[in-house]
Amino acid sequence: MRLYAELAKRSFRRWSTYRAATIAGIFTNSVFGFIRASVLLAVLAGNPGAGGLDVSEVITYSFITQGLLSVTDVFGSDQEIAGRIRSGDVVGDLYRPVDFQAWWLAADVGRAAFQALGRGVPIVVVGAVTYGVEAPQGVAGALLFAVSLTLAVLVGFSLKFLVNLSAFWLLDIRGPNQLMVTAALFFSGLVAPLTLFPSWLEPAVRALPFACLVQYPVEIFLGKAAGAEAVAVLGIQAAWAVALLALGRVVLRAATRRVVIQGG
Amino acid sequence: MQYRTSFVLFTFSQFAITFLDFVGILVLFANVDSLAGWSLAEVAFLYGIANLAFGLADVFVSPVENVQVAIRAGTFDQILLRPVSPMLQIVTDGFSARRLGKLAQGALVFGFAVAAVNVDWTAARVAMTLLAVLSASTIFGALWVATSCVSFWWVEGREAANAITYGGSFLAQYPLGLYGPWLRRGLAYAVPVAFANYFPATYILGRSDRLGAPSWIAFASPVVAVAVAALSALAWRIAVRHYRSTGS
Repeated sequence: MRLYAELAKRSFRRWSTYRAATIAGIFTNSVFGFIRASVLLAVLAGNPGAGGLDVSEVITYSFITQGLLSVTDVFGSDQEIAGRIRSGDVVGDLYRPVDFQAWWLAADVGRAAFQALGRGVPIVVVGAVTYGVEAPQGVAGALLFAVSLTLAVLVGFSLKFLVNLSAFWLLDIRGPNQLMVTAALFFSGLVAPLTLFPSWLEPAVRALPFACLVQYPVEIFLGKAAGAEAVAVLGIQAAWAVALLALGRVVLRAATRRVVIQGG
Repeated sequence: MQYRTSFVLFTFSQFAITFLDFVGILVLFANVDSLAGWSLAEVAFLYGIANLAFGLADVFVSPVENVQVAIRAGTFDQILLRPVSPMLQIVTDGFSARRLGKLAQGALVFGFAVAAVNVDWTAARVAMTLLAVLSASTIFGALWVATSCVSFWWVEGREAANAITYGGSFLAQYPLGLYGPWLRRGLAYAVPVAFANYFPATYILGRSDRLGAPSWIAFASPVVAVAVAALSALAWRIAVRHYRSTGS
């Protein structure tokens, strides 16, 4: 257990050294935060209360989602595992007396922790200073959000893990990766809050795991899902996290068997 | 091209990813009839010009954003040694069929918008539309080159530059009236994305919301495009000369 905590810490430290990239990232995300806020405000101007959101909620939404982007990092192109699969280095990794999935999960958690503090918080501060951002309701709200955020990171990792594992079969994972990024961008509520979706589409989209990455954490943050409802949302996130992590292990086992058969 | 499955998936998803951007707009219009006074067809027209132009710039110019990779790896020196202009080398090196997916999507939405929009297509308007697409592509391409010059001074600066190139094209998809006064001024004078599609569109669609700009503003687009192109070419030359002189 301590090993994984160490891994997470190392990862956190490693990411904290990318200072320039972090600053540039804060700038980019803030700009997009402004743009998205402007667009959503225009929607509200034409249809007040659209999607069950008011002006300050929409602004908060725009900046929180931009902050969430880098924390879950599903929209990036994290292909480290795939690279090691292509080069064959993964074989050495698999021989180590460490759980392969847990290893990468620990590293990702460390990264996510840094992104949340080093990038997410500044972006929200920018939003707060320029437009004014709502805060989660009370200590309970903040705690629920923290849990939701953690679960979002787990779901995000499990998705990235699965996509990277496809390298065992496809070698070049840019295709499946782009597909996942595309789906995640849209179905997570980043492009438009899921509550704005037509009523015949919304339930289907909510049934997908991507909503766990953005929509659910934000809903908890805004207090849209509070109390028992929030716990139910956390339950959905947790269920997806468990299911996808388990799927990851199954796929890994199949991949490992394949590697062994090929004599790798 | 060897990894065929992945390539097919990738090209399809490049198409889908940018198409989903438009679906995002459709979702918004499921809630309202107009955005800042612009109807869906009119916003689609703006979107179409922006994405078609961005797609063209992407296909021809965007590899320039990889100059930061060459600088970091030290291979830019090799590029400088060759008897061909460094710009030409970088731009042709990164040609990628997948960008055609983005271009195709832009063309498709543009086609739909042209059909859907209620415009009396005079010769002048058709000419203006073509000119708008050309000017917009030039402006986006110039922005790409100019922002990539940042990499010569600040190697990690690519992401901030992305805010201007990709952010600029994203901004251009929506009518200018959406944005606050500061952003609007920035888009007209600092990063002239407004000249790429918004002002020409107001002329073509016969709209009057030029937000205080004079009536001939649409015709200024080609001039702005040429000016921006010249400025970014200059920036590039200064950047390369700086790189040479620091002996890195």
